[in-house]
Amino acid sequence: MHYESPIREPLILEGKTLHDITEDVARPIEGKANKWWWALFLLSLAAFMWGVGSLAYTAGTGIGVWGLNKTVGWAWDITNFVWWVGIGHAGTLISAVLLLFRQKWRLSINRSAEAMTIFAVIQAGLFPIFHMGRPWLAYFVLPLPNNFGSLWVNFNSPLLWDVFAISTYLTVSLVFWYMGLIPDFAMIRDRAVKPISKKIYTILSFGWSGKAKHWQRFEELSLVLAGLATPLVLSVHTIVSMDFATSIIPGWHTTIFPPYFVAGAIFSGFAMVQTLLLVMRKVVKMEAYITIKHIEYMNIVIMVTGSIVGVAYITELFIAWYSGVEFEQYAFLNRATGPYWWAYWAMMTCNVFSPQFMWSKKLRTSIAFTFFISIVVNIGMWFERFVIIVTSLHRDYLPSSWSMFSPTFVDIGIFVGTIGFFFVLFLLYARTFPVIAQAELKTIVKSSASQNKK
Amino acid sequence: MSKKVIYGIYDDDDVILQAVKDIREKGVHIEEVYTPFPVHGLDHALGLKPTRLAITSFIYGCVGLSLGLLMMWYMMIQDWPQNIGGKPNFSLLSNLPAFVPIAFEITVFFAAHLMVITYLMRCKLYPGSTACSPDPRTTDDMFLMEIEAHGNEAEIIALIKETGAVEVKEEKIA
Repeated sequence: MHYESPIREPLILEGKTLHDITEDVARPIEGKANKWWWALFLLSLAAFMWGVGSLAYTAGTGIGVWGLNKTVGWAWDITNFVWWVGIGHAGTLISAVLLLFRQKWRLSINRSAEAMTIFAVIQAGLFPIFHMGRPWLAYFVLPLPNNFGSLWVNFNSPLLWDVFAISTYLTVSLVFWYMGLIPDFAMIRDRAVKPISKKIYTILSFGWSGKAKHWQRFEELSLVLAGLATPLVLSVHTIVSMDFATSIIPGWHTTIFPPYFVAGAIFSGFAMVQTLLLVMRKVVKMEAYITIKHIEYMNIVIMVTGSIVGVAYITELFIAWYSGVEFEQYAFLNRATGPYWWAYWAMMTCNVFSPQFMWSKKLRTSIAFTFFISIVVNIGMWFERFVIIVTSLHRDYLPSSWSMFSPTFVDIGIFVGTIGFFFVLFLLYARTFPVIAQAELKTIVKSSASQNKK
Repeated sequence: MSKKVIYGIYDDDDVILQAVKDIREKGVHIEEVYTPFPVHGLDHALGLKPTRLAITSFIYGCVGLSLGLLMMWYMMIQDWPQNIGGKPNFSLLSNLPAFVPIAFEITVFFAAHLMVITYLMRCKLYPGSTACSPDPRTTDDMFLMEIEAHGNEAEIIALIKETGAVEVKEEKIA
């Protein structure tokens, strides 16, 4: 039996009972969308369409339409790729790592965080595929026999490790998410009155009926999937960082990259979860489930990982000086004082300085302030990737080939397009999926709901 | 002899857990229990065997690891060895460090997906499968116990009521 101290703050407020949870989770699905939803949806759809246009133009003409040049061969594309993959780390972290640590507060937020993960990884995957120039030949990265037109893939290459890591991560996150969704779809199915939605949710719920044996297997499955997903989520950003760390570019060639990237990914992922959930809890009326306590816990994670990232930035600077390698020293001096100084200091301010406000209990329990910081962190983490990629490349070993990067409208269009696509997916999700893992949340009603805490 | 099933409907997980224990102690066989969420200890109280899903996952992981290493060995060392960036591919052992990331990913891929497929097959869950819960409220806030009666309906109904059921239903089956 799970026992929780009565002193600990309740995780479910307003005296919600089992049936209240059912009603609250089903309401956004059974009700009609309001004006705000439609406004946001159409805005996101417009952004997405700009992205589709830009991607079509890129695929039709070639990646020359981007702002890349022969010195800066990776810029916004890989920046956006790493940014989206990083955002896609919080979901699995919340559902897998917090499950292993038996943190019950994950139950109200894991479903949406996992949805965010999957949608973010989809955006991330677009960038390397389109950076190939001929996206229709993307299957060349798969280990296919030589008669398909290329040699076997190179298993020594971190770029190929990425292919395996990202695709394993996407598919495993997807099934982890879906296995949890089955009992919740069954709940929606059993309530549905309209024949079409009854039919759809019957198919989606795979005939779940909640037998004791099935629940026993369900719990074992969740535990083992969490055990598999935990090292997986750490491996994904480790491998992403190896795309850089195994090269010999000053500023990239550092052994601190894997832990530093993973901490940064968790940092940005939690910031995006905050951005989305602070709005969602209001719009779909989930304030009793996603409470100030949940927001505070996430802010503490943001503060800790932000500080780890800060230590990593300072360690990089120290090691560059301590190594005695003049190229390495110049790379870091150039980051902080060169032509991209503004990007470096934007990154420092957003990622190292701003999370320190979370030491104050008053600020980390303030919704408006949390929302502001979550946006700041998202911006800061985008700049981190931009700084690492562009400032390391733009001044290489040969001063005659030094150059600058500026994005074209196509670069901007693709980036804005992926943000639009992400929100289109998330908004559709918020209207058709159970946004809270209600079956699992019901297990803590007795131990953590406000009426049983008195 | 006509067979009948008796459904006892409860509204509290602790009550049904105790009821399962009490009824089983009397020597009555419980056909099935439907609950809206996993009730801890219910599988034990019902006398269900522990699931072996974790073991299957381990086996699938071992298969994935072996196949992954076999694939990389065949493609890079056996079939078409190349010297890429001054780093020739001579043997599996000397190349192993570079094979670790993908070997790990393939292990997780196999362990996770094949376990999920096993789970779905064992529970007979698939798109188009129909739910078999006798009462739709079991996905909301009700807990249902199903007992087969062989001429002793009155006895079982009394027993279910005694253990705190809020509702008892009877149904004839062929």
